[in-house]
Amino acid sequence: MTDPTIIKIKNLSKSFVSKNGTVTALENINIDIKQGEIFGIIGMSGAGKSTLVRCINFLERPTSGTVIFDGKDLSLLSKKELERVRQSMGMIFQQFNLLMQRTVISNVCFPLEIAKVSKKEALKRAHELLEVVGLADKAKAYPAQLSGGQKQRVAIARALATNPKVLLCDEATSALDPSTTRSILALLKDINKKMGITIVIITHEMSVIEDICQRVAIIDNSRIAEIGTVEEVFTRPKSQTARKFVFPEGKRIDHFVSNRCCRIIFDGLSSFEPVIANMVLECKEVVNIIFADTKNIDGKAVGQIVIQLPEKELAAQKILNYLKAKGLTVEEVHNYV
Amino acid sequence: MFELIWQGLFETLYMTIVSTLLAYVIGLPLGVIMVVTDKDGIYPLVTLNKILGVIINLVRSIPFLILLIAVLPFTRFVVGTTIGSTATIVPLVIGAAPFIARLVEASIKEVDKGVIEAAQSMGATSFQIIYKVLIPEAKPSLIVGSAIAITTILSYSAMAGIVGGGGLGDIAIRYGYYRYQNDVMLVTVAVLVLIVQAFQEIGMKLAKINDKRN
Repeated sequence: MTDPTIIKIKNLSKSFVSKNGTVTALENINIDIKQGEIFGIIGMSGAGKSTLVRCINFLERPTSGTVIFDGKDLSLLSKKELERVRQSMGMIFQQFNLLMQRTVISNVCFPLEIAKVSKKEALKRAHELLEVVGLADKAKAYPAQLSGGQKQRVAIARALATNPKVLLCDEATSALDPSTTRSILALLKDINKKMGITIVIITHEMSVIEDICQRVAIIDNSRIAEIGTVEEVFTRPKSQTARKFVFPEGKRIDHFVSNRCCRIIFDGLSSFEPVIANMVLECKEVVNIIFADTKNIDGKAVGQIVIQLPEKELAAQKILNYLKAKGLTVEEVHNYV
Repeated sequence: MFELIWQGLFETLYMTIVSTLLAYVIGLPLGVIMVVTDKDGIYPLVTLNKILGVIINLVRSIPFLILLIAVLPFTRFVVGTTIGSTATIVPLVIGAAPFIARLVEASIKEVDKGVIEAAQSMGATSFQIIYKVLIPEAKPSLIVGSAIAITTILSYSAMAGIVGGGGLGDIAIRYGYYRYQNDVMLVTVAVLVLIVQAFQEIGMKLAKINDKRN
């Protein structure tokens, strides 16, 4: 059996030397990315995630540690070999980075020119890819004539031209509006499914991770705070940073005054049953919904609802028992409201 | 007089255009090297960069009239004579190349760093980045620069009239200045103004046609 790990980030650290001394951007990062998965890396701005993605294709050379891509230790490769390896790693960017003086089709041909593919073959491949990203009619247009979403589609087609094994996305949707973001993410998901290409997504938006990633690494202050499946991290965040991303208003949690609340976690098992409504009917006790956020992740209902429990101990216990009996994960949260 | 001006015009255009082309043969690679070998460039060679920078500044700080006279022995060595429009091409190229290198450097520095990074992520070599990204992406700006370069070389070429360099400048000095023929002076100046206008206009039009950014 072949090794399912396509990218192995090993004890990777990166620091920059500036006028004001050495700045550590990444510290002892270890991640295994599996063949064919969509892996998310999330972090606040300045956490080091953009540096991390540039270390994966050695646009930034790590200060220590290494990256093993498809069995090759990148730190041991010559410049020439590294250039070859990069042809099997596509990359897209927040600012699209298209060649403004070239037409759309010529932009898609660009990496093929670099790889010295014949012009005829390159054009054929480029047309196919424009078909895939839904821009076949824009082949002769210049990037300046396209919208942001269309530019990113061209960038995706360009990144895929050399049939890479991995697609690195550096904040690829951060410059786009929500509906364009969704359509770009849907395209990436589709490409992942059809071509089996491994996708690494760098973002600061939890919604992007929830939408398409299977696993996620949360990076905070140059280190990995938490790593696991999106479901795990979303339903049972262990680190403070993960909680910040999971609770959209994470920062406020600390400031609430004490009261008795409980957090109901939907881990995808209880599907779409109207749990709260049924609970109110059964227990004949009213609750106050303080926070609710449920989503469809990979076809399952996942999310959380925070309710304020009745003051009477018996009533509160009744509700907790009911929810537990339903197979839901319930945790009492203090200091929430 | 018409024939005289016509002859001068022809010589001026010959000197200007040939000198500009040759100066670009030196200045364009020099400008590219300045960007590429910069400490933040795609192929940093800081020492080379510093040395070239000093040489460029040195040549640029010599007033053209002095450079013109200083290189006379070299001109004689290359062309065989120091008089006439072909001989003037030598100091024009030497004087204009470092200036062009700076113009090219400024144009290429405008190219978006992100696009260079994208090319690197595709495994492009430094050389591929130069001729497939830096120069094509900077094209409109390079054309604007070349309009500035050609008009500057045109005015330098007129100065060469002092040492018998041929062209309209020579005529203006010989007839207009030494022989007090104000009409000749006026006409040559007017023709020079028109040529500058024409070069500038053509340059801007070409830059606009070649600019696909909007």
